Amino acid sequence: MDLFEYQGKQYFARFDIPVSPGGVAVTVDEAVKVAESAGYPVVVKAQVQVGGRGKAGGIKLANDADETRLHAGNILGMDIKGHVVKRVWVEHASDIAEEYYASYTLDRAAKKHLLMLSAQGGVDIEEVAAKDPDAIVKLHIDPVDGISEAVARRAAVDARIPDKALDGVAKILVQLYRCFVEGDCDLAEINPLILKPTGEVHALDAKVSLDNNASFRHPEWDEYRATEELDAREQLARTHDLQYIGLEGSVGIIANGAGLAMSTLDVVNQVGGSAANFLDIGGGANADVMAAALEVINFDQNVKSIFINIFGGITRGEEVAKGIVEALSRVDLRAPIVIRLDGTNAEQGREILANAGIPESKLKSKPTMLEAAEAAVAIAKGK
Amino acid sequence: MAIFVNQNTKVIVQGLTGGQGKYHGLRNKAYGTQVVGGVTPGKGGSDVEGIPVFDTVATAVAATGADASFIAVPPKAASAAILEAAAAGIRFIVCITEGIPAQDEARVYNTLVRDFPNTRLLGPNCPGIISPGKCNIGITAGEIAELPSPNKKNVGIVSRSGTLTYQALYELKQRGIGVSTCVGIGGDPVPGTNFIDCLREFQADPETDAIIMIGEIGGSAEEEAADFIKANVTKPMSAYIAGVTAPPGKKMGHAGAIVSGGKGTAQGKMDALRAAGVKVGQNPTEAGTLMAEIVAALG
Repeated sequence: MDLFEYQGKQYFARFDIPVSPGGVAVTVDEAVKVAESAGYPVVVKAQVQVGGRGKAGGIKLANDADETRLHAGNILGMDIKGHVVKRVWVEHASDIAEEYYASYTLDRAAKKHLLMLSAQGGVDIEEVAAKDPDAIVKLHIDPVDGISEAVARRAAVDARIPDKALDGVAKILVQLYRCFVEGDCDLAEINPLILKPTGEVHALDAKVSLDNNASFRHPEWDEYRATEELDAREQLARTHDLQYIGLEGSVGIIANGAGLAMSTLDVVNQVGGSAANFLDIGGGANADVMAAALEVINFDQNVKSIFINIFGGITRGEEVAKGIVEALSRVDLRAPIVIRLDGTNAEQGREILANAGIPESKLKSKPTMLEAAEAAVAIAKGK
Repeated sequence: MAIFVNQNTKVIVQGLTGGQGKYHGLRNKAYGTQVVGGVTPGKGGSDVEGIPVFDTVATAVAATGADASFIAVPPKAASAAILEAAAAGIRFIVCITEGIPAQDEARVYNTLVRDFPNTRLLGPNCPGIISPGKCNIGITAGEIAELPSPNKKNVGIVSRSGTLTYQALYELKQRGIGVSTCVGIGGDPVPGTNFIDCLREFQADPETDAIIMIGEIGGSAEEEAADFIKANVTKPMSAYIAGVTAPPGKKMGHAGAIVSGGKGTAQGKMDALRAAGVKVGQNPTEAGTLMAEIVAALG
């Protein structure tokens, strides 16, 4: 789960990482109120999860209430690369002497934590990596050891962070690591990490991505989940506890297992179609799960055909078939289904489907993934 | 022969008294696996259909001589269960638990590397391992795995996905091709056992004549495997990579299946494997067909 900047800053603050005083606002009046308490001048920042906010006019400096009103009014509701701005973050504007970059992620290849640190912050780190790779210090940290202030300080020296900022940067690196580990982040990034003319170091931006698997030990994440930007289909899928990702195509997909679901998308693409979604119904595939899955697919107006791809392992083919027949009696589908049922007891499953009295125009059974994909794509294209 | 587990492997099930552990543990036993005990704290002295239950892994190992463990406990308890098994001297741990936080997984992995170098962890979030006819640990339906035959060519399977693992077993069974061992390494970001670990074993296993590898988007494990194959694997291989059409930045069901920053794409992985001499199929069936051709060519 990706956090908005304001949530990331609030999360940082839990781990004592210094951020500018400020607050979030959903109306112009609120923005002014926050600005007054943060102290002018303030920066009004669009809260969207997409890069390039500044260039799009989503970040403005305001010196008084009138300017705050003007900028907040313009930014709220603004469309930035397809993301509509619902909130602004208003914070006291910081004087900036220098800008750095710091982040922690998991390096999957090394199976260790990775600190990336650079004295060149405030710009896209990918660009720095391409132009001047030596400007980024990459340090692997063994998760069993963690990072000490001494190691953090050495990394800062290696990154050519100037002497006057070393203590502040080292301290924040340790705090940010705690946030990354104890806060169960997939990514904890500060860009820019600034040095003020007065000598303090603090986080001017926050990019935080949380590991959903750890949500059981973070009740405080509920409020972040409430503001997550899901499309209507994804919201419906969430109420049914389904692993669903909305896509743009016209073939609705239901499969059991993440790998098979991905593979189903690929095969549909391979025969010239495009998938409307990714949906993994997992191992069970009983009538309730199947009915919920069909309901979510049916909600998507772009869906012209539905491809159900089931491979029975421990789940038996006849149980899956019974589930589908039962689900069809509960959900009134707009689009026809093409099913490929294979694996354990698939024959019996196909027999149940064939004898259920469902017309061929509503449900076709195909023996292989490829044939089923071709049939589903043909229907979606009106052939 | 087979890799990692065989007819002599003695297995305990951590979480045998729970729903998943009981269901799959008993299935594994019914398949012929030596399931010699279970572990559930507080339930020592009881039994599950004749399988004795112990309070700790250490007491279970002392009483049964178990050398492998099947962990089927919830995410909260999984990390401690893995480390307990390793500390008790278990050589091979299979953890099917899905949903373990990545931070826990990274810490457990590095603890094993440092403190228990002789313990191998398979998973988490994996279907398990089956050496057909000898040993089945995990959730694989044993009946879809073709037995290996000494008179024919046999294939080893290594896969990141559960259902695609079954699909691969099934493709081979349809064609009457035997399987030496089928290893599901799982879809999490920090798997205890990776492609290279399995490829090394398959290359050394006299019963394995060819190898199927099934990967998916995310990370660089397939690319690293391709480098290893080029340098070390002489046995013929076919492969399939899922997720060609996966949108970037989305976790596709598995915690590790994500294309980020243009890295971890299916295309990049397929190109790397092709360059290493692996025959890459466009879908699982094609990977099976390619393997059938390989086996036929081996004679």
